[in-house]
Amino acid sequence: MAETHSLQDLQQPIISSKVFIQRDYSSGTICRFQTKFPSELESRVDKQQFEETIQTLNNLYAEAEKLGGKSYLEGCLACLTAYTIFLCMETHYEKVLKKIAKYVKDQNEKIYAPRGLLITDPIERGLRVIEITIFEDRSIGSAR
Amino acid sequence: MKKCEYQQIDPRALTVSPSSAQNHTEKKVQRPRRKWEVFPGKNRFFCDGRIILARQSGVLPLTLGLIVVTCGLFFAFDCPFLVEHLTVFIPVIGAVLFVFVVFSLLRTSFTDPGILPRATPDEAADIEKQIDTSGSSTYRPPPRTKEILINQQVVKLKYCFTCKMFRPPRTSHCSLCDNCVERFDHHCPWVGNCVGKRNYRFFYSFIISLSFLTSFIFGCVITHITLRSQAGKSLVQAIQESPARYPFVHTLLSCLDSFSFTVVELVICFFSIWSILGLSGFHTYLVASNLTTNEDIKGSWSSKRGAEESGNPYTYNSILTNCCATLCGPMPPSLIDRRGFLPPDEAMSAASASEIELPPFAAKNDAHMEDNCQDLALSCTA
Repeated sequence: MAETHSLQDLQQPIISSKVFIQRDYSSGTICRFQTKFPSELESRVDKQQFEETIQTLNNLYAEAEKLGGKSYLEGCLACLTAYTIFLCMETHYEKVLKKIAKYVKDQNEKIYAPRGLLITDPIERGLRVIEITIFEDRSIGSAR
Repeated sequence: MKKCEYQQIDPRALTVSPSSAQNHTEKKVQRPRRKWEVFPGKNRFFCDGRIILARQSGVLPLTLGLIVVTCGLFFAFDCPFLVEHLTVFIPVIGAVLFVFVVFSLLRTSFTDPGILPRATPDEAADIEKQIDTSGSSTYRPPPRTKEILINQQVVKLKYCFTCKMFRPPRTSHCSLCDNCVERFDHHCPWVGNCVGKRNYRFFYSFIISLSFLTSFIFGCVITHITLRSQAGKSLVQAIQESPARYPFVHTLLSCLDSFSFTVVELVICFFSIWSILGLSGFHTYLVASNLTTNEDIKGSWSSKRGAEESGNPYTYNSILTNCCATLCGPMPPSLIDRRGFLPPDEAMSAASASEIELPPFAAKNDAHMEDNCQDLALSCTA
């Protein structure tokens, strides 16, 4: 049991600082985040890696909010059933949000946690920011 | 029985001493709190956070009452006559419209309109830091604005002092509900809630279906009156011909003749039809041009006539696409997560923060402290 450690198991991972990636409104009110690489992360993670993460998130949100045949069909069906269908069916957006949560968890485990970073799912911050918590740089091995 | 000694836990000491904080956390596990219980806006929640309403929902019962009473009178007094003389589909259509209207109304009232959760303290601090260092703010103090480009058009974002963040475009702060609402249209007292991004389609279907219902009842009532008068009976004759077993009751009943209810319906429909049809027309225009009531009233996009850049940056430049995007687009999720559980440390800091900032909450926390002390006493005796 004592061999495996995650960031939660460590007594009090000391938060060094937090970086907030703001929304990019250049194409309207759709959910998009700025891909500019923040200077605080320069020493921790590869720029390309970071941009890829943000871009994938942007693509997933674009997929959720896409106006196409499927979303129109869902909307019309909902209207015809006096919107009661939303009480029993999961919307397309919610399905994509689950995908996003899984992706964020995945990225955290594979790339960011080993580097002492933690990405918070934007939905927990009201889709306003991507919050990246930077933990104090101490190697995991020395925690035992 | 309670022989062990214990100290009253001072809520202010919670954040300071970690040992007492640990004890407190153990006790808090018994009753995990949901996020709606610590929601900072002026909303009311029912069914354990499933239903959300504005604080003042005073006119919603009136709206419901008017609709139910008018339809009730219609079904009771007009339908029997019209089924007999016209077709059985009249009450069927009426019932379908009535159900649609009530469902849309309840969905509009009880749905989260698109409330933006307030910025966390870390976020707010980060934004403050950026304002101080960035060039967009002058040496003058607030109002703070940030200019951004949306579809090659300059749009100003305002800073919300209550929610401590720059409001996204098309978001406005509702003072009645004390929340920032996305794609804020207006606060509707008839519906008892704000109308925003998430419930605009319900609101629109409510007013459209209500227009149809009111017009339908109006039409049926006119038909009823016309058919009755065509049958040759005058009102007075109809009263005189009804059975008169008890003269006094008969006189009373003659005043409350079913026909008079029809007249009541006529009056209600006549007065409401103009406003409802007008509202439907207005909102149809808004939907077709992808505007909100807020933007239309403020004239956000039409103030500079003749200038090419002052068009609406959110429009898709096609009426059909605008309508589809607004009404049939994907349903965005609720951002405030009403039914999620508060993590224990947040619950504590929420409790202690409210203790420090708002004295009236002290009584609530004292009751909590008493419970905790009792629990501690009980655990000592075990």
